[in-house]
Amino acid sequence: MAKRLPPKDVVLVGFGWTASILAKELTDVGLQVVALERGGFRDTIPDFSPTTIQDELRYAVRNGLFEEPHRETLTFRNDASQLALPMRQLGSFRPAAGAGGAGVHWNGQNWRFLPSDFVAYTHNVQRYGKGFIPADMNLQDWGVTYEELEPHYDAFEYLCGISGKAGNLGGKLQEGGNPFEGARRREYPLPPLKRCYSTVLFDKAAKEAGLHPFPAPAANTSEPYKNLYGVQMGQCTFCGYCEWFGCGNYSKASPQACVFPVLLGRDNFELRSQCEVTKVLRDSSGKRATGVVYVDVTGEAYEQPADLVILCAFAQHNVHLLLVSGIGKPYDPQQNVGVVGRNYAYQITSSVDVFLDEVLNPFMGAGALGQIVDDFNGDNFDHGPHGFIGGGYLANWNTGGRPILQHHLPDKTPKWGSGFKKALAENYLKSTSIATHGCVMAYRGNYLDLDPTYRDVYGNPLLRLTFDFHDNEHKMSDFLTDRAAEVAKAMKPRSMHPKPRKGHYSIVPYQTTHNTGGAVMGTDPRTSVVNRYLQSWDVPNLFVMGSSVFPQNPGYNPTGTVGALTFWAARAIKEQYLRNPGPLMSA
Amino acid sequence: MARRKSLLFAAMGLALAAAPLAFAVDTDYGKVARGRYLVHAGDCAACHTDDEGKPFAGGRAVPTPFGTIYSTNITPDKETGIGNWTDEQFYKAMHEGMRPNGQHLYPAFPYPWFTKLSRDDVLAIKAYLDSLKPVKQAAKPPDLPWPLSVRESVAGWNTMFFKAGTFQPDAKKSAQWNRGAYLVEGLGHCGACHSPKNTLGGIKKKDRFEGGKGEGWFAVSLDGDRRSGLGDWTVDEIVEYLKTGANDRARAMGPMAEVVHNSTMYLTDSDLRAMATYLKGLPADGTDRNASVPAPDDDRMKRGRLVYADQCAGCHMQNGEGIAHVFPAIKGNTGAQAQDPTSLARLVLQGAHSAKTPAKPEGFAMPAFGWKLSNEDIADVLTYIRASWGNQAEPVKASKIADVRKMIAKSSG
Amino acid sequence: MTSMTRRELLKGAALLPAAAAVATTAPITFVPRTMPSSGGRPPDYTAPAQGFLNTDEKAFVEAAVARIIPADDLGPGAKEAGVADFIDRQLAGPYGLAETWYMQGPWQPGTEQQGYQLRLAPAQLYRAAIAQIDRHLKQSQGNRGFAQLDPKAQDDFLHALEKADVKISGDLGKEFFEMLVVNTIEGFLADPIYGGNKDFIGWKLVGFPGPRYNYVAQIGEFGKKFDMPFVSIAGRDAGIRES
Repeated sequence: MAKRLPPKDVVLVGFGWTASILAKELTDVGLQVVALERGGFRDTIPDFSPTTIQDELRYAVRNGLFEEPHRETLTFRNDASQLALPMRQLGSFRPAAGAGGAGVHWNGQNWRFLPSDFVAYTHNVQRYGKGFIPADMNLQDWGVTYEELEPHYDAFEYLCGISGKAGNLGGKLQEGGNPFEGARRREYPLPPLKRCYSTVLFDKAAKEAGLHPFPAPAANTSEPYKNLYGVQMGQCTFCGYCEWFGCGNYSKASPQACVFPVLLGRDNFELRSQCEVTKVLRDSSGKRATGVVYVDVTGEAYEQPADLVILCAFAQHNVHLLLVSGIGKPYDPQQNVGVVGRNYAYQITSSVDVFLDEVLNPFMGAGALGQIVDDFNGDNFDHGPHGFIGGGYLANWNTGGRPILQHHLPDKTPKWGSGFKKALAENYLKSTSIATHGCVMAYRGNYLDLDPTYRDVYGNPLLRLTFDFHDNEHKMSDFLTDRAAEVAKAMKPRSMHPKPRKGHYSIVPYQTTHNTGGAVMGTDPRTSVVNRYLQSWDVPNLFVMGSSVFPQNPGYNPTGTVGALTFWAARAIKEQYLRNPGPLMSA
Repeated sequence: MARRKSLLFAAMGLALAAAPLAFAVDTDYGKVARGRYLVHAGDCAACHTDDEGKPFAGGRAVPTPFGTIYSTNITPDKETGIGNWTDEQFYKAMHEGMRPNGQHLYPAFPYPWFTKLSRDDVLAIKAYLDSLKPVKQAAKPPDLPWPLSVRESVAGWNTMFFKAGTFQPDAKKSAQWNRGAYLVEGLGHCGACHSPKNTLGGIKKKDRFEGGKGEGWFAVSLDGDRRSGLGDWTVDEIVEYLKTGANDRARAMGPMAEVVHNSTMYLTDSDLRAMATYLKGLPADGTDRNASVPAPDDDRMKRGRLVYADQCAGCHMQNGEGIAHVFPAIKGNTGAQAQDPTSLARLVLQGAHSAKTPAKPEGFAMPAFGWKLSNEDIADVLTYIRASWGNQAEPVKASKIADVRKMIAKSSG
Repeated sequence: MTSMTRRELLKGAALLPAAAAVATTAPITFVPRTMPSSGGRPPDYTAPAQGFLNTDEKAFVEAAVARIIPADDLGPGAKEAGVADFIDRQLAGPYGLAETWYMQGPWQPGTEQQGYQLRLAPAQLYRAAIAQIDRHLKQSQGNRGFAQLDPKAQDDFLHALEKADVKISGDLGKEFFEMLVVNTIEGFLADPIYGGNKDFIGWKLVGFPGPRYNYVAQIGEFGKKFDMPFVSIAGRDAGIRES
């Protein structure tokens, strides 16, 4: 029997980026807010200390900062004809556990989606005709436009201290930035990071190929910076341990570096860590959330009543919570009806390894130190001849040169023996890679539901993931790989090795932790779980954050948009919902 | 008669500007508020609060070179606190170090500094303490060896090192300087840590504020020496440091971070400015004669340079200039050039967190290196930083680092 | 396929009693590992009370890693770098026991895309595979186990194992070999505090100078080799000090 606790105004499930921002915004207006985080508390010192954090084995190989499948994981299959089996180890994606969430261990690659991404259905039908869209693709508009989100993208960028160069200021194209980006109101808060050798070589080659390279927008500060919340940040020193590690000198944007100092000491905010929410409770009408049930580290269960419940856990975990709580109509892929679990998407990636004669010192890196070509993203080019929609960016990233996992070897290098050893010795310092980062659309056959067999440590059914790449993704990805190979060739390497993404989606090799969908946002309750303000259609005092709400996943890393949507929802809650609790829009 | 309105009871930024020594007659309410401010200025909580849930109930172990003394209960509890003390008795304790029953207080309680307080200020402090929640908690007896365990022995100490007396303003100096002197030499009791003490724990007046040991750290000299003291600091920089916990040349760590957090961050700008003015008037004592620093190609410097590049440059940067507003520069740093490297050694061995203040809420911290660097490594890197980028301070021996390790182990064991 | 229960595999092994069969639905109380830091130093992977492998198993692993990354004209290899010690210690720790993996049944072989579905934690896989391999070899190689073969025979055998040409418990041999190669590379290139990459042998081969936190000046020196002594998390000589 869960012990009932005194009520709070707001309960936040999880304590990553979205919860940290919401906690700050809602405590600003005097609400009593409690955040429940399943992992432990973590802070820069001692948890990400420069003295201990550069430990590839502990963090990148043995997953020191991530969730542990033995507590909860998901089951996976490519399609419904198969039996879903547990993802027993982390592989394809690495969700976090612990205060700060994935905001601790991300690289800091920070993007805005394109204006056309938000109206993907309308835009693509208009340009290419309805027949161009595959019948089983659940392509949808978001219900919010880029223009509406622009000030909130700006807020997140000024919260993080993004280092970059604007390409479009108020409609006017700017030299040195991304000519394809949506118009922005002002420059990035910080200038771009210093270049490293490989990005300079890539930049030259891309220009020779007639493309428009620019420095990647980076949540790694190029200078000391005082952010939107008045919190001081440091300056990135290119230690090369961003992704999968915490930052030890306050220069990678994270909830710890950007929000905690002005949030944690507040009287009206409480963080309870090592407390996992297992269910959202509702009253007898089913239309009102009354709070959540959570389990603490000893296994004791508690009920935390609240007037406003906001799901801020990682993408698929929000969907899991909705399903086990029975909120919203679960998606039925056979009939293509229902919404919870619908439109799961991911990212499709590939790369071209490039072997040069020059010393590149890959270990001097930063998570978002890179040069980008965006010419083939979104609808930045004519898709008519190609038979697919969407796209992705090409990037030469120099995130680091961690020897176990970040070495490149030429094609046909033996997997072991003296040949392997020789290839390691000859190529570690002199190789780089051009990555492609492609969109994934949503399909009838790609969805989340509850597994009938396997359970987590609380006895709840595991989430079941049914997902595969479709023709659109493969065609698009191959197209990007070919474009990347062209740039690689222009770098005049001693050899190169294109590595296209072939075959079925596999849960084994790491690709990205860009899981999206399952609690999609929109203006039609038949195809969305939350409305355009991220408010549940079924339960008006329940909101869902994060990439769970993406109807499909464009060709950019999701965090920038996750941040923007959080500020957008926070404003709606503060300015509209709190004054008049209830549905913020009608269907 | 102007009523002095009471001001915010909020934790931050009391805007109370107490005129030096001459106060209008207050309502009790104003007196309590003023007392609260003065209790912050005196940092009474640093010794008299052990458990945050029982403020000023005492029981905190105060280490001295002679043994441990436990702070007393100064809540108004009638049995275990000072609830029964009269104004006169409280004044005598603060002014002369005497208890109502005639017993001496040990000078771990800084009455040699508090003696300077005006009677009005002392009674305002009492008014505030009287307003606190009484807590029943008996004081623990001190843990001192004989004959120090006999309180009468303090009489002898007082004869040698203490002279009671309220602060006398210097007519030749400005009102601001006098206010600063009143605070620094009185309630602030800065010299209790920042002065050298002899074997009996006494301080020579001429040596005051020349730097001293306190709580196992070395508190830097506050005099006018340009390397090891405040000679290069401006008044603005001193004010910013005390108010926010950091300025561009230094960040308060260790016990001083606590002082900022409990005490100086609550003081008014005007009082801080007065203290800074007073401190800037302290002359240099010549500690900064040319220290014998090793040549750049000395083995210690070569080894230290490599340790620095491996371990320190990530925050303090390869040029020793730190990161503006985040990590202090080591180049030109007062603490780095202190005549006694104990604090430096502690910072490297154990790391430290800085104070979180409203103006600077980040609390930037330094990690511990003691587990990964040997005594030789630490001695080499400290020698290196004390002789690089224009710094000039004596090299550090590995044996000193070993001693500091032992002291840390002993005090936490 | 000979199915081995976890209990059979655990016979004689110095494994924790907690590795007993687990009910699939009962809630498990545990201490999560994403816990607050231990206070600034790495956890004690450096000096565990014991390794996992017995003498014969250790000899096998040492011989195998010596073939996977051999000593040759490029310099010392995995054996000299202490990779067998690394693997031994890893198997005795949370990785070897698959403490963070989802190890509940039911158990089914899956597709290539569904990843590892064996019932065996890494330590158990090593124990089972090594025993079966050596038994198989002793039968066909004149009573010699893997460690007793000459290097060419060892290479030939490993190639066969890699291609699943060796008939031991279905794909167990191939699965084991893949894990062994991954662990060898890990041990060769991980920080020396974990027992491998001794004297920075691995990092010297590739040119990775070790963990340092500031390359602001050097990142702009295009094409210039970085020339500083190798360093580990535990300092220049990779040793943990007294605190």
